[in-house]
Amino acid sequence: MTARVAVFKFASCDGCQLSVLDAEDELLAILGTIDLVEFPEARTLREPGPYDIGFVEGSVTTPHDAARIQEIREECKVLVTIGACATSGGIQALRNMADVGIYASQVYAHPEYLDTLATSTAIADHVKVDLALYGCPVSKEQLVETITAVVAGRRPDLPSHPVCVECKARGTVCVLVADGTPCLGPVVRAGCGAICPSYARGCYGCFGPCSTPNVASLATAWDAAGVPRPTLIRALKGFTVGAPEFQEAVRAL
Amino acid sequence: MPSDQVRTIEVGYLTRVEGEGAMKVVARGGKVQDVEFSIFEPPRFFEAFMRGRHHSEAPDITARICGICPVAYQMSSVHAMEHAFGVTVDGALRDLRRLLYCGEWIESHALHIYLLHAPDFLGYESGITLAQDHPDVVTMGLRIKKAGNEIVRVLGGREIHPVNVKVGGWYRLPTRKELDHLATELDRIRDDALATVKLVATFPMPDVTRTVEWVSTRYPDEYPMLGKTVVSTAGMNIPVSEWNDWFIEEHVKRSNALHSRIKTRANYEVGPTARFNLNADLLSPGAAAAAHEVGLTAPCTNPFRSIVVRAVELLHAVDEALTIIDHYRAPDAPAIDFTEKAGEGCGASEAPRGTLFHRYRLDAKGMITDAQIVPPTAQNQLSIEEDLRLVLQAHIEEPDDKLRVVLEQSIRNYDPCISCATHFLRLEVDRG
Repeated sequence: MTARVAVFKFASCDGCQLSVLDAEDELLAILGTIDLVEFPEARTLREPGPYDIGFVEGSVTTPHDAARIQEIREECKVLVTIGACATSGGIQALRNMADVGIYASQVYAHPEYLDTLATSTAIADHVKVDLALYGCPVSKEQLVETITAVVAGRRPDLPSHPVCVECKARGTVCVLVADGTPCLGPVVRAGCGAICPSYARGCYGCFGPCSTPNVASLATAWDAAGVPRPTLIRALKGFTVGAPEFQEAVRAL
Repeated sequence: MPSDQVRTIEVGYLTRVEGEGAMKVVARGGKVQDVEFSIFEPPRFFEAFMRGRHHSEAPDITARICGICPVAYQMSSVHAMEHAFGVTVDGALRDLRRLLYCGEWIESHALHIYLLHAPDFLGYESGITLAQDHPDVVTMGLRIKKAGNEIVRVLGGREIHPVNVKVGGWYRLPTRKELDHLATELDRIRDDALATVKLVATFPMPDVTRTVEWVSTRYPDEYPMLGKTVVSTAGMNIPVSEWNDWFIEEHVKRSNALHSRIKTRANYEVGPTARFNLNADLLSPGAAAAAHEVGLTAPCTNPFRSIVVRAVELLHAVDEALTIIDHYRAPDAPAIDFTEKAGEGCGASEAPRGTLFHRYRLDAKGMITDAQIVPPTAQNQLSIEEDLRLVLQAHIEEPDDKLRVVLEQSIRNYDPCISCATHFLRLEVDRG
């Protein structure tokens, strides 16, 4: 039977679900193997659950969304979070360290019209998540790999090693060692293909922490490159600011 | 129908748009009573957390406002920073920025035309079902979209949230080989782009006419992408830095995006139709000829014909990209030097769906102390509602099902990006 697949959106930029439509070469082939029955960004027809696979983009930032993710979990056999917002709360999780009331009054004339939570949290903080795709945005290749793996009933092949491995694999000279360019690569999960160093800049952390990141050691290397500490702290408070490993590192620095 | 009968059509979750919005219209006795286009996309407060970040982070952070038009956010933000520092990025560095923007226009316009909007005109619920009956049409759209994405990938590093744009220029320049590869890809889809104009011009169009004040940026002798001034069909002609003297934003309860209007005047419209109506004389010769051939002339007053304008702009972007690649001579350095200083800077550029304005205040260390971002869909909200009113009145005899379809189609005329619209906006004037 063809797998019934749904795509859900929470607080996000829509970029990760757009990656589905950006797989131009694979899109029509993928649509031949799955039944995309719920994907409001792309189709008007909407079918109720249950679903075999649910992809969730975005973070939880409103009381309504906190309740909605519970219902979605009930409806999905396999729940896959896609992207930095869904896996760690996104850049909007910066509010978790600030006063959301002040944020609201800086942007809106009538904060009382808004219905928002004080925090932006990952989907896994609310429900059990079966698979997580990291990245801001996710990698199109990882997305296609995950769809085909889940449909075939196997685990997708997803890395947890640092970006450095990808730089070595593509033959990029280390920007941190060779040029003293601050780079988060040693503590950040691979998956993008090490794009930034190949464009002569340091990694800025789209995929969040790799497994067992050694931020203290990285800090020594950034010190040696003459980068002020606040710059490193700001870099860690980026698109995966909500990741526990980075929060801990920020506290320790 | 009894004269006092009330009909309400409500769409709680608009589909085939980027982000979360809803629509509600009410008619009584065959007359429009109320229309409401609302945005319930949760706020993410970008303008608030931009405070305290370094100016160099703005292109990367603001790109995350929108996965559909990240290049627009990068362009408006770097222009604002460069304005604050008193530097001008010109020549080949600026041409490459326009080339990157062409890539975004091509992929975004192809996505909207083929996957989001064409299904309305052809009676399908999505591009997915359209592809089942007309695989050749959707495949052509995807081919075009891919070529646009390829420009963004090569120049920017990846399609969504590219990494190569920085204040002052670029991190790395493209090689001649990379640009030649792009020219090959563009040559391959140029006929497809022309065929798109001819195809969408044959679509049956609801017959609606209206005028509004159309607003776009302008740059001498270029169809606008990176703006220098802001112009309108009612005679406005101002430098980008005077934006806040002319436009105001208001917070209304039904929307998490602020409503924009021109001070002392009314609502206005930004986007492809506005750009075309103000700059049709600046289209590439090929795009101008295609527009002429399908009978598209400025001003275009039927909002449903925006899909034709979008196709003409798509063709223009392909031509423009090819011209830029052809004329490109590598500059000496990927970026120009500048000195950080305290001050304020404004920048505006043309996202595929309309003008995007940024303003930042910076301290002496180049840290952001205040940010203002005015995205296109927020500016278009009032015009979207005006159109709903008009379309509802024109189609009021239709049964609910048909009416709902044409009303949604009318919203999609604006290619609304609700994710963008929500996260910003601060108020200059509050009439709440």
